[in-house]
Amino acid sequence: MNVDRITEKLNILADAAKYDVSCASSGSDRKNKDKGLGNASNGICHSYTEDGRCVSLLKILLTNHCIFDCAYCVSRKNNDIKRAAFTVQEVVDLTINFYRRNYIEGLFLSSGIFKNADYTMERLVHVAKKLRTEHNFNGYIHLKSIPGANAELMHEAGLYADRLSVNLEMPTEAGLKLLAPDKNRQDMIDPMRFLNQEIIRNTEEKKLFKNAPIFAPAGQSTQVIVGATPESDQQVLQSADYFYKSFNLKRVYYSGYVPVLADKRLPALNTAVPLVRENRLYQADWLMRFYGFHVNEIVNNQNPLLDLDIDPKLSWAIRNMYAFPIDINKADLQLILRVPGIGLLSAQKIVAARKFSGLGWEQLKKIGVAINRARYFITCKSNEFERRDLTGQNIKQFIMAQSQSKYIKNTQTQLNLF
Amino acid sequence: MNTLVYDGTFEGLLTAVFEIYERKLYPVKLLKGEWRSGALFEEIIPIVTDEARAGRVLKGLRKKLSAAGVQRLYISHMAEIAGEDCNVLGFIRHVFDSDQNIEEDYGNKYVMRLSEILKMVRREKHRMEAFVRFQKLNDGTFYAAIEPDFNVLPLLIKHFKSRYADQKWMIYDVKRAYGLYYDLHDTQFIEMDFAELNKPINVIAAYSEDEGVYQNLWKDYFASLYIPSRKNTGLHIRHIPKRYWRHLTEKI
Ligand code: SF4
Repeated sequence: MNVDRITEKLNILADAAKYDVSCASSGSDRKNKDKGLGNASNGICHSYTEDGRCVSLLKILLTNHCIFDCAYCVSRKNNDIKRAAFTVQEVVDLTINFYRRNYIEGLFLSSGIFKNADYTMERLVHVAKKLRTEHNFNGYIHLKSIPGANAELMHEAGLYADRLSVNLEMPTEAGLKLLAPDKNRQDMIDPMRFLNQEIIRNTEEKKLFKNAPIFAPAGQSTQVIVGATPESDQQVLQSADYFYKSFNLKRVYYSGYVPVLADKRLPALNTAVPLVRENRLYQADWLMRFYGFHVNEIVNNQNPLLDLDIDPKLSWAIRNMYAFPIDINKADLQLILRVPGIGLLSAQKIVAARKFSGLGWEQLKKIGVAINRARYFITCKSNEFERRDLTGQNIKQFIMAQSQSKYIKNTQTQLNLF
Repeated sequence: MNTLVYDGTFEGLLTAVFEIYERKLYPVKLLKGEWRSGALFEEIIPIVTDEARAGRVLKGLRKKLSAAGVQRLYISHMAEIAGEDCNVLGFIRHVFDSDQNIEEDYGNKYVMRLSEILKMVRREKHRMEAFVRFQKLNDGTFYAAIEPDFNVLPLLIKHFKSRYADQKWMIYDVKRAYGLYYDLHDTQFIEMDFAELNKPINVIAAYSEDEGVYQNLWKDYFASLYIPSRKNTGLHIRHIPKRYWRHLTEKI
């Protein structure tokens, strides 16, 4: 092994891949088979970068050579950078050796497009196939599908990978046309539709035949870049909602645009990364997926932008004061989930615990409710509650004044919500 | 106040519970350790672990808790968090004093505390699953040292055994001086005098040829993931508390 050469390649091809934000390694359920190497069961983050993002997969490009010229991408054809390409075997060796040392959960392999879509996709598939069939590797594999690759290759990819993703890149077709003139929205949607159908078909087959091969068990995901083009949060979230519903996506990732290139179509190089906005989008996404919110309740024509000061659940609550206060000891789980300061786990605990005895403030606090926010919206087994007739605006100010410092700390995490 | 001293095992704890109920002791205090006769404590009751008695208490618990509930109680005790015995005991009393299964009675302070303890233990277990860093030794064994706050090594067996089925590995708890060894078939606990091997020089001498290469590649990879315009040291440290750094390849 030529250590220097591999090191150089790894530096170049990890650096180019780091802007892709998808990192999840969960949602599969691949078991270790025949005393082989690894399993993909519970999605572990093995480390965290100094910017606080989780590291769970070896995330690299197969190559940063690319025939396309997307304005937001460091690997674009007309960018003057060092180019490199891994061989299939090099990627396999890195993956296995990192995995054996418990550095990673598996591999996330993406690529610039060299020659054409099929040629590139074929190589990605080859890496996955080699890992599975020659090394009995059962760790997580996420392959990026190259838009425009043929269906047969996509199908093969699904046999070896746990997750496949086709990046939408821009929330709207117009945004894409502007920044990625070589790309075409339909080339992204077609494979998504194809994968969705294959996944559904495979699930049906699995019900009938135990031995049916598994196909992309962790489903498909996509990524949109926000802040490179002027779309509103309403446009971003509605588009996400559409893709969740139409193609059964497991995740939509929102990637706050990091200015890496000077281009008159793009925000200037010194523009700040929209971290707070990105975080608010993830929070809104959670509300849609786990809290029963309809996208229009979060953003609509009157409120096309997410409030950067407060999280979207609180923002919804103060716009809908008529729905409160709710009685924590009686209300349905669905309603409790809508209270600011109460998360999924706390809501479930409340519903379980109140069967034994009515809950008061002390107990709610212990259960994990953020009382400083929730108290404006609930009553419990106590005579003390907010009696003052507060407007939504008043509440927002109170909460912000109290939790300013905490808010600033919390705004930069994707996972630690509400 | 009656002070009971027991040997620290789960069976010992259950035996103590048996005595408390049989002799109607109240209030009580539980202490782990050797029984020393001393003038300092007047009411010391030494507990001799007794399988039959422990078994009867366990049977009683099984009747009133789900299998998962019993398991959670066991884990809370095994984690060996200082000063938590009285809460574990309080929980057991609550179980026996109620007619129904109280596992989800989060309004009760003992149930709540047990759920907090479990959360802490699970978090550390999960962190160990993430932060174990194996180093390949020249005999092919993958070796990792850990220093968790709680005693979570026994909770790691299942995870690592089903993950690294085709390599020999050892995870050694430096703080508690015992380890877990997998020999391609089974895992077993081992105690060894690692004082010598723990000296960095000796470990490096035992490295396999390519170990240094992959450690460096990993460090490089880790460094190249960082996006300076998103720097957030606070978040970084919250995710990887500093006390874990000395065993993390990318942080050394
Ligand atoms: S096709 Fe992909 S790698 Fe190539 S320039 Fe566009 S975004 Fe970058």
